[in-house]
Amino acid sequence: MGGTIDIKLIDENGIRIDGRKRDELRPIKIEAGVLKRADGSAYLEWGDNKIIAAVYGPREVHPKHLQNPNRAIVQYYYAMAPFSVGERKRPGPDRRSTEISKISAEALENVIFLEQFPRTTIDVFVTVLQASAGTRCACLTAASVALADAGIPMKDLVVACAAGKVDDTIVLDLVKEEDNYGQADLPLAIVPRTGEIVLLQMDGDMTPEEVEEAMDMAIKACYEIYELQKYALRRKYYRELEDALGEEGEQPEGEDDGPESGYRPETAGNDQEVA
Amino acid sequence: MDMEEDVEKDAHEEENEKTKGAAEQEQSDKAVRGRKVREIVLPGELVGEGLKAGTGTYREGKKVYAAQVGIKNIRAGYVNVIPINGKYIPRVGDQVIGYITDVGPTYWMVDINSPYPAPLHINDVPWKVDFGDTMRYLKVGDTVLVTVSSVDEMKHVQVSMMTQGHRRLNTGSIVEVTPTKVPRIIGKGGSMISMIKRMTRCRIIVGQNGRIWIDGERESMLLAAEAIEIIEREGHAYGLTERIKLFLEKHGRRDETGIEGKETEREKKEEAGG
Repeated sequence: MGGTIDIKLIDENGIRIDGRKRDELRPIKIEAGVLKRADGSAYLEWGDNKIIAAVYGPREVHPKHLQNPNRAIVQYYYAMAPFSVGERKRPGPDRRSTEISKISAEALENVIFLEQFPRTTIDVFVTVLQASAGTRCACLTAASVALADAGIPMKDLVVACAAGKVDDTIVLDLVKEEDNYGQADLPLAIVPRTGEIVLLQMDGDMTPEEVEEAMDMAIKACYEIYELQKYALRRKYYRELEDALGEEGEQPEGEDDGPESGYRPETAGNDQEVA
Repeated sequence: MDMEEDVEKDAHEEENEKTKGAAEQEQSDKAVRGRKVREIVLPGELVGEGLKAGTGTYREGKKVYAAQVGIKNIRAGYVNVIPINGKYIPRVGDQVIGYITDVGPTYWMVDINSPYPAPLHINDVPWKVDFGDTMRYLKVGDTVLVTVSSVDEMKHVQVSMMTQGHRRLNTGSIVEVTPTKVPRIIGKGGSMISMIKRMTRCRIIVGQNGRIWIDGERESMLLAAEAIEIIEREGHAYGLTERIKLFLEKHGRRDETGIEGKETEREKKEEAGG
């Protein structure tokens, strides 16, 4: 952030260096359930970012002293692959990874029903395969889909997006050059149903009004991305069904033979009130 | 990013949500390859108002929301979400199939396919075991059929082998499925699994933890396992019992439905004998 560059990041018509308008998102694609071994997983492409997220859990905590007798803990590992950036990133956690991991875990702890799984851990591994700014938001967005895929009970999905300031203009979803040479970067994550903010950082110089403008812009984009997350989860389900049903030509009917037959819901004591 | 029509969430269905626990399930069905399937709900989605929160859901005020990806089910004033995926959380009374992972002087440690390890104490087995003599009865790697005997608030689990029929399983094979699919495999009143047992002539025990024991003649065991896998894949479609029946018949198995079947055979013999 804050390097100098000769070219203009935004031209006279308000078009950015990658052809986008001020409030335009980069193209995003999300796919759920890509890793068979993991309990839940997601693959996400966001502009040139390529992210893979895997969730394991709830499972036993090792080492034992980390376990919490009342609830599950979330262990989030954000990592950039050595080949994800132009100049080889040395493998292993660094201070930036550790910070991103910490805030992302805390963001997710707001929505996961941790009290249902005391003494366990929910491990979230997110790896950046190709990086082009906004990786922490892309990773958190992917992690939410992976958690839902794993069947971890949550209040809602978490969505993240960043906005920033470039050439004195507030823009949405900074790309690599804008992040490196721009004036401010503001990543943010929300719980869409309630609108509560679960992650908020700012790097650079902004006035309070600019911060508000950037936040509004990012929150609005989050709702668009939320639709893509939901689409990915639904698509996996219908795709699996299509593959499964595709072999048979016959269409047997059976009204009383639906998905709930045999299901004995545990109705006692599940009336959990949440605030 | 074009959204396929048959996957788009129908906003109208949410508005037409019936309140106050009607006996009728609000059907949100889609067609997949001409078969009727249930639409799924996602975490944070509104699934009911004025109803009680069952499994897979949570309540805020009068509104009930889904907590997991699954299928909505309204029954007896509760709205539930049957999750598609999820770990097995032990419940008291569940019959489960476990693997011995560790042996101590007064207990064995059992893996019951859950985040929580389950100890089996020497007082909870039908043999009289002396202190330290545990390896004589069960070793690491053995498969056992047990019941969950206790689960406390901190999810400390205990299992017991004292129920009739519980034992070490020496023969047969285990098939593992997602635990949430177990009710579908058992079927209404056990109808689905009974049919598979009859038609494959295998002994089958379904553990609530997603482990299913099958024993019988080799070809039949493979067939039973395949039938179970079909149920796991297609659990959300209708007409599954019929589909499994056709599948097994295609492989040369016939369903003699219990007493009725035997009488028909006897009648046939009498007719033929004249």
